Amino acid sequence: MSTPRDEAIIKQSRRSQSAARIAEAASVGLRMLLIKIALLGIVDAIAVYALLVLFLDEQWLVAALVAIVTIVVNWIYFSRRHLPAKYLTPGVIFLVVFQIFVVGYTAYIGFTNYGTGHNSDKSQAVDALMSSALERVPDSPTYGVTVVENIAGLGLLVTDPEGDVSVGGTDAPLERVKSAEMEAGKAVAVDGYTSLSFADVLARQGEIAALRVPFSDDPNDGALRTPDGSSAYVYTSTLIYDEQADTMTDAQTGTVYQDNGTGAFTTEDGDALLPGWRINVGLDNFARAFSEDSIRNPLINVTIWTIVFAFLSVATTFFLGLFLALVFNDLRMKGRKFYRIAMILPYAFPAFLSALVWAGLLSESFGFINQVLLGGAEIPWLTDPTLAKASILFVNLWLGFPYMFLVCTGALQSIPGDIVEAATVDGAKPWAIFRLIKLPLLLVTLAPILISSFAFNFNNFNLIYMLTGGGPRDPLASVNVGSTDILISMVYKVAFTGQLRDYGLASAFTIIIFVIVATISIVSFKKTKALEELN
Amino acid sequence: MNTTVTASTGNSPSTRRPFRFGRWFRATGWRHIVGVIMVIFSVFPLLYVLSAALNPRGTLTGSNHLFAEIGFEAFGRILSDPTNPFGAWFVNTLLVASITAVATVFLGALAAYSFSRMRFTGRRVGLMTIVLVQMFPQLLAVVAIFLLMSTISDWFPAIGLNTHIGLIMVYMGGALGVNTYLMYGFFNTIPRDIDEAAKIDGAGHARIFFTIILRLVAPILAVVGLLSFISTTNEFVVASILLIDPEKQTLAVGLYKLVSNPNYADWSAFSAGAIMAALPVMALFLFLQKYIVGGLTAGAVK
Repeated sequence: MSTPRDEAIIKQSRRSQSAARIAEAASVGLRMLLIKIALLGIVDAIAVYALLVLFLDEQWLVAALVAIVTIVVNWIYFSRRHLPAKYLTPGVIFLVVFQIFVVGYTAYIGFTNYGTGHNSDKSQAVDALMSSALERVPDSPTYGVTVVENIAGLGLLVTDPEGDVSVGGTDAPLERVKSAEMEAGKAVAVDGYTSLSFADVLARQGEIAALRVPFSDDPNDGALRTPDGSSAYVYTSTLIYDEQADTMTDAQTGTVYQDNGTGAFTTEDGDALLPGWRINVGLDNFARAFSEDSIRNPLINVTIWTIVFAFLSVATTFFLGLFLALVFNDLRMKGRKFYRIAMILPYAFPAFLSALVWAGLLSESFGFINQVLLGGAEIPWLTDPTLAKASILFVNLWLGFPYMFLVCTGALQSIPGDIVEAATVDGAKPWAIFRLIKLPLLLVTLAPILISSFAFNFNNFNLIYMLTGGGPRDPLASVNVGSTDILISMVYKVAFTGQLRDYGLASAFTIIIFVIVATISIVSFKKTKALEELN
Repeated sequence: MNTTVTASTGNSPSTRRPFRFGRWFRATGWRHIVGVIMVIFSVFPLLYVLSAALNPRGTLTGSNHLFAEIGFEAFGRILSDPTNPFGAWFVNTLLVASITAVATVFLGALAAYSFSRMRFTGRRVGLMTIVLVQMFPQLLAVVAIFLLMSTISDWFPAIGLNTHIGLIMVYMGGALGVNTYLMYGFFNTIPRDIDEAAKIDGAGHARIFFTIILRLVAPILAVVGLLSFISTTNEFVVASILLIDPEKQTLAVGLYKLVSNPNYADWSAFSAGAIMAALPVMALFLFLQKYIVGGLTAGAVK
């Protein structure tokens, strides 16, 4: 379909493109080039160091990813093309790692039993179990030791009763050394390690007492421990690990614990040896969330309250802000600037501090509201389920109305005066002008702000957590959840507070939030497009 | 708008009417009543904090008599408490928030420039992704962020858990988001003719960006930087799980722990800390108020 003329244009544009490239190359200053090379040099040096560490740790996949990213970055910045990529790459790398990858990782954790007691892989769990059950072997010989240190951490330089010298650390079993410096029949220093002085030993007593140096890779062989930093004794585990049968046996009681696929060694009666290890549990976390009453009911309540809270927060702050914008949008009024500054103050005060201050103000028996304003009443503002919800909405109104006041004022002032004038000429009353002209125009311009405000309040963790801590706690729930918790504060509490951290369940909750947020944003984006077409 | 017009003609000296309270009240008087109520509502909690900070006695009950006693003992207490290193929290917060703000502005401006000035495949998808990503704030993935950072700590302790660099890196993940979109809109208002003129004069893309565009968009850079500074100062979730040692924590984490139970806490010391923590943020905010309000409405009001 292309005519000769089109071809000529294409040819010309190609020629102009190459001309532009040449001009571009000629215009790059020497200083700019040097800065570029220096920055890339730093990036590459860091990458090489990272690769070294990852290779030593045998993390092939991560190392490969780091290598690929580094090569791509170099290629982008050294080639003359890919101009947009030069500007986007730095931000995109952080976006991919700390925003997109973590979302995917959350989804993965939601299908595991990751949490307290299931933190590591199986071999680490075996090591942890064995070393936690270490007991001193009766009548075993005494080993002379010197506490030493290298990059891997503390270790022991051991002289056994026969006079042979070996060295090892927590993760490195004892190994023979030949060229140790001896003093009074005991090795005191060896190449590659720094010996700790007596003062250091005293200062790091706790660390040294916890140090366990295994004899070999087989954890059943036992380990050396030193109570004082100068002599060590043989400790063996009361648990015996049988790798073939995949069982743990308690040597004292004879109980056999077996790996039956639940992520921990378990007896037939269901007694588990903890720590266990991480396994995929499929949909178990979701099954728990939806079938166990003690989790499902709070989850439903929290979801409903999250949506109600986000909606009412936007509605209350918007209407108060709009009302105030209308009230103060009158040029005849004196002192508008003063009122405006005073009303912006709650917005300027850091939000986390506001929530903490209000928690004090609303305190049941000592707070200012009850003690002074209400003359000693003991109203449980933050501890009664219903009142706590009302208090949260009230405090959020205090926090959020200035923002709405500011944006409503801006939007009101951007409504062209002639529209209002034309309506007045046609005989419209002020209320009709507001309802039929100003409000629809405002809603069109402010729709994106209302939606992002909804999204913000949907995850308004600080307010909830700092004002009520999510409480009062729901006594029927088996997870730590209260009646003012929103989804994000529930996730935080399940994952990071209390004795048991359950990352798996918390991630499953997070996936539920993602689904809700995605649904709401799809619907609202469609709605705003419809609104924009009106404009 | 037209009411203003009639009012100003009505008040012109030639036709001055006698002052009548009823008419004044209907026109603007009631607005002052609303204003006074709102001022009390807005300012009272802040006055309460100030009064509590100046109260030498420590408890919550003791703070209920507003401005009954005035002294600066509470400031001394919060600054010298060894278990709650307020000075370190303050410095940490300033450091983390400033670096995050500068880096966010820089990364966001780079991205906004390419979206605004260049046409490339994936541009529309990129812009849409940025709009969509801001619907899913980082704190949702807090569990994964914690586990990722603890894995990184195993290999690179210098940028892992309990380090400020690690925390800042996590915050940078949110750099391309609402900020870029705000800046993108502003970049589009700078005429392309300026770029073209510079290009004809022989300036390369980097020179155009650093020496011309960045100066022209300075107001939006200030707004984004300030908003990022304020939101980082307020950030609690990620900071509370990544920073473990008290000397490494930020104000939000430290002050929260200080008054996790307000009934038993040293309320005056907390209030004194709150006043000091809030001062830089409030000063910046009120000082740059005009620009911030402009930036806030820029997203919505075209």
